[in-house]
Amino acid sequence: MFVPCGGSAPASFEGFTLLLPAVSVGNVGQLAVDLLISTFDMPKVGYFYTDCLVPMVGNNPYATTEVNSTELSINAEVYSLPSKKLVVLQIRSPFVKNKYRLFCQTLLSWVKSSRCAKVILLSSSHAYQRDDQQLHGTPLRYLLTPAIQKTAGDLMQRLNWKEMEKIAAYPGANDAEMVLHIPGGGITKLLFSESCSNGIPMAVLLKFCSEGDNIPDAFSLVNYLNEWLQLIRSESSDAKATLLQWKIPRSWRLLFGSGLPPALF
Amino acid sequence: MATFFGEVLAVPSRAGVDDDEEAALALEREETPEDREIRRELEKKREVHVLWSSKLNASTGNFTDEQFPCSKFIMAIGHNSVAFLSSFVLNSGCWEAVGSVRLWNEWCRTSNTTSVLPTDTFCLFYKLISDPTVLLCQCNCYVAEDQQFQWLEKVFGCMREKDLQVTILSTCPVTDYKTPESTLTLPSPFLKALKTKEYKETVCCPLLEQPNIIKDLPAAVLSYCQVWQIPAVLYQCYTDVIKLDAVTIEAFKPVLSSKNLRNLVKDVSKSAEILKKLVATNEICNNIYT
Repeated sequence: MFVPCGGSAPASFEGFTLLLPAVSVGNVGQLAVDLLISTFDMPKVGYFYTDCLVPMVGNNPYATTEVNSTELSINAEVYSLPSKKLVVLQIRSPFVKNKYRLFCQTLLSWVKSSRCAKVILLSSSHAYQRDDQQLHGTPLRYLLTPAIQKTAGDLMQRLNWKEMEKIAAYPGANDAEMVLHIPGGGITKLLFSESCSNGIPMAVLLKFCSEGDNIPDAFSLVNYLNEWLQLIRSESSDAKATLLQWKIPRSWRLLFGSGLPPALF
Repeated sequence: MATFFGEVLAVPSRAGVDDDEEAALALEREETPEDREIRRELEKKREVHVLWSSKLNASTGNFTDEQFPCSKFIMAIGHNSVAFLSSFVLNSGCWEAVGSVRLWNEWCRTSNTTSVLPTDTFCLFYKLISDPTVLLCQCNCYVAEDQQFQWLEKVFGCMREKDLQVTILSTCPVTDYKTPESTLTLPSPFLKALKTKEYKETVCCPLLEQPNIIKDLPAAVLSYCQVWQIPAVLYQCYTDVIKLDAVTIEAFKPVLSSKNLRNLVKDVSKSAEILKKLVATNEICNNIYT
């Protein structure tokens, strides 16, 4: 459930765009959301308190000063940027076993009650499961629910984006029945199909990737999002210029563990 | 993922839901009534039960509907933290056992008795006889991921949280600590703290720096306090010793000067004796020849 910070009256998210990550391969969606919150210095407006996620706490991952570095953060928090009509949910831990269905229900129920204009889910999928066609060209894909097709469908065409391909349900046996398959995408497919059934305007933006150093994948995904939302407008059309404007948060230090013991060498 | 030497390793995905779970979900839909019954029985077996004794509130023996007032909740998680509170706080003899948690998971089953050894698995509550709003919890058992929320709701659900202050003591391996230098060179054990927004008192050690995080029951309790605006502080001791260890236990000593604990400590000189006995008893229990 959404609990606003500091007992204040809950902010209204009506008409806002809700951005959230799926906990997926390489944690790319979560890293992308980290970049967004860090770059725009979004203030925290509340917590998404749930028993569906494994508990974790730590000090402020987006700390910029001594003072704000001591603010406690938990596993699911909500940030907002009213100037760009954005509300962002960051998820920092995996699901408790068998609780991800319940999480989807709770999340979609909150989406409906908060009356967001649209939802954008940032996700990823296993690169090694791509078919021959998908190995070529861009590794970025999108999906739109019917409720958002009218407003965003044309823009996707103009941006020349690639829609996530469906695959045969029974490859080799019966190629007629095509299904959506997002391996490594966590709850992406479930959230997307539930949103389709419930008339929720949701777009999924995902990248094919593998586990490893996923920072470049996060940058790639956040730039993909930026092509649509134009959150950062760079003066030149140079992609590199936009890349430099995303701010890496402090919590990305030591992503691959502590320093090595000198005696090792 | 291919390694440097060319062999291919199946790397576990950091995604929360992997394809095995999707397959399991598909199976769930095909579940028979018997499967559903087995699953329900397993869920029932994993339920957390909090049992309060009538000593907690003399005026009423039934706490299921009433909340009791609690001004201080001090909690130790793990055997070194539990031994610290046993030696330095519970030793004063001014405490009375008032409750316990009964739970089972793959790692432990709690015992029901209140006279426990350091090697036992238990979760017990004590109240201060002179001030029954001060509650102490000795948690020497592992509370699994799917039980942590239940534990929280059932324990904190019984408390009237007005003016409540929470202190949590816990330990974890020093290898969990992230630092630019190697953890081998760190002078362990050492103490780090995390506090909620509402906690305004001085903290007895440096705060835990990013990108370090806390997990399990200490994280669950601190998250609850942060969300519901309860002043709370967690003191985490990073240690390189897994078993009960006097040096690790004594690393918590700075906490004795904190506002919530300083009035509860009676005789520190006696504590050293009690601590020695506690560690020695544990070593005897661990002796494979007895």
